[in-house]
Amino acid sequence: MQENQSVISARNLDLTFQTNDGPIHALKDVNLEINKGDFVSFIGPSGCGKTTFLRVMADLEQPTGGEVTINGVSPEEARRARAYGYVFQAAGLYPWRTIGGNIRLPLEIMGIPKAEQAERVKRVLDLVELSGFEKKFPWQLSGGMQQRASIARALSFDADILLMDEPFGALDEIVRDHLNEQLLKLWARTEKTIAFVTHSIPEAVYLSTKIVVMSPRPGRITDVIESPLPRERPLEIRETPEFLEIAHRVREGLRAGHGDD
Amino acid sequence: MRNIIPILTVVGLLILVWYGAAVALNAQWARDVAARADKTLTFSELVADTWSQEKPKLPAPHQVGAELWETTVMKKVTSKRSLVYHTWVTFSATFLGFVMGTALGTLLAVGIVFNRTMDMSVMPWVIASQTIPILAIAPMIIVVLNAVGLSGLLPKAIISMYLSFFPVVVGMVKGLRSPDQMQLDQMRTWHASGMQTFWKLRLPSSMPYFFTSLKVGVAASLVGAIVGEMPTGAVAGLGARLLAGSYYGQTVQIWSALIMAAALAAVMVGLIGLVQRVTLKRMGMAQ
Repeated sequence: MQENQSVISARNLDLTFQTNDGPIHALKDVNLEINKGDFVSFIGPSGCGKTTFLRVMADLEQPTGGEVTINGVSPEEARRARAYGYVFQAAGLYPWRTIGGNIRLPLEIMGIPKAEQAERVKRVLDLVELSGFEKKFPWQLSGGMQQRASIARALSFDADILLMDEPFGALDEIVRDHLNEQLLKLWARTEKTIAFVTHSIPEAVYLSTKIVVMSPRPGRITDVIESPLPRERPLEIRETPEFLEIAHRVREGLRAGHGDD
Repeated sequence: MRNIIPILTVVGLLILVWYGAAVALNAQWARDVAARADKTLTFSELVADTWSQEKPKLPAPHQVGAELWETTVMKKVTSKRSLVYHTWVTFSATFLGFVMGTALGTLLAVGIVFNRTMDMSVMPWVIASQTIPILAIAPMIIVVLNAVGLSGLLPKAIISMYLSFFPVVVGMVKGLRSPDQMQLDQMRTWHASGMQTFWKLRLPSSMPYFFTSLKVGVAASLVGAIVGEMPTGAVAGLGARLLAGSYYGQTVQIWSALIMAAALAAVMVGLIGLVQRVTLKRMGMAQ
């Protein structure tokens, strides 16, 4: 069932920011293939370029060298074709719109007919288990529920790729566990390709089929780990030796990348 | 109720100071009159006199109160002697100028936010426009507009607009720029057009700034209307009442016009505050 069709591909990617304190080498010689249906996590300390890499895929930053393709085309073309949904660290819901209204926002922008909007809102709210909250306002929901609504919004226009930038970074451990479990279920049901930036080793190992370990100064990939864990993952899997072994390898990778500091 | 007690305390204190100041400022006149009649005044006679002169330097609060009652409740509102009539004249110029100023200010702000050239070129002029003393430019506006056949309400409204568009430009530029980078990036990921970003994100985000600007703008607009009424030959309006009062030494009339202007400003700012509270609450943006 698993076809190895490349969806996102980066070749010799370089990105240097020109700042007042001189150039910052955010990404250096990054090569990566992400296949259809993969769940890829990017992990590394701050400044390792993981968010920058995600933003390059989303055409929010321009690389200074090398090439990225999304579904075989440039990130800009992919963005124009609305090929991906992007989930930011903050839910970023508009306080003047209901949850339903917030999810409708990208659909309105894309000019999708009213009747279809309503049907899609219903479907994605169901996917993130928020049915019945359509008429509520964001302030009436907890932080975790708001983030689920923002995931629903990113799913609403049926992009095959989901780019997530530390979506659960601001939430507490318990809520995070719950959302991780839900995200895996959602991934299994929708068969999306997901690129996920995180700070947390257990989160990366629990969620991913592929873990990309990055290190800073300059931002680069130090290790790519293909996870041997099955796609079906109960939370308890985190206590198995296989899981701990991968977590160990990620930790080793992070330490090696850190060098002397 | 918690809010009203401190306000009433301050009002009470002000009235006390006012009565005291009336005694101090009007005493000389009372003593002079008494000296000419070869009388000396006891302290209580002096106080009674300073609080009831016809043309005092500073009228006592009850004199202003009586004048206000006399010229609002006791006169027909169509009468030229009715303060309600003059207030209405000033209000209509204020309101028209305020609406024009808000429209102009909003349009300029939209231009400044969306067009870099306008940002660089218009903003310095907007600021420079406010450094010109309104008292100097108001008569010229009246005279120039009169020469092209415009008189009455519109010239006054234009002076109001001149003062009230400024806070709206400054506030709306800030408001339209208030969405953060993440919200703008989000719009970009959906490939939203500039117009869509404006209507769906920038404009709603600017609402708290908009209402704050309106409150400052409406007060400025009232000042503009009053200033605009002075060079028109004191025909009608609160500004005309102020000018006529100072010509004839009618201090009681001046003070009652001043208090009416303050009350008008309070009502207008209060109404905008009410709309602000209801709107922002419904938009989930109440502070």
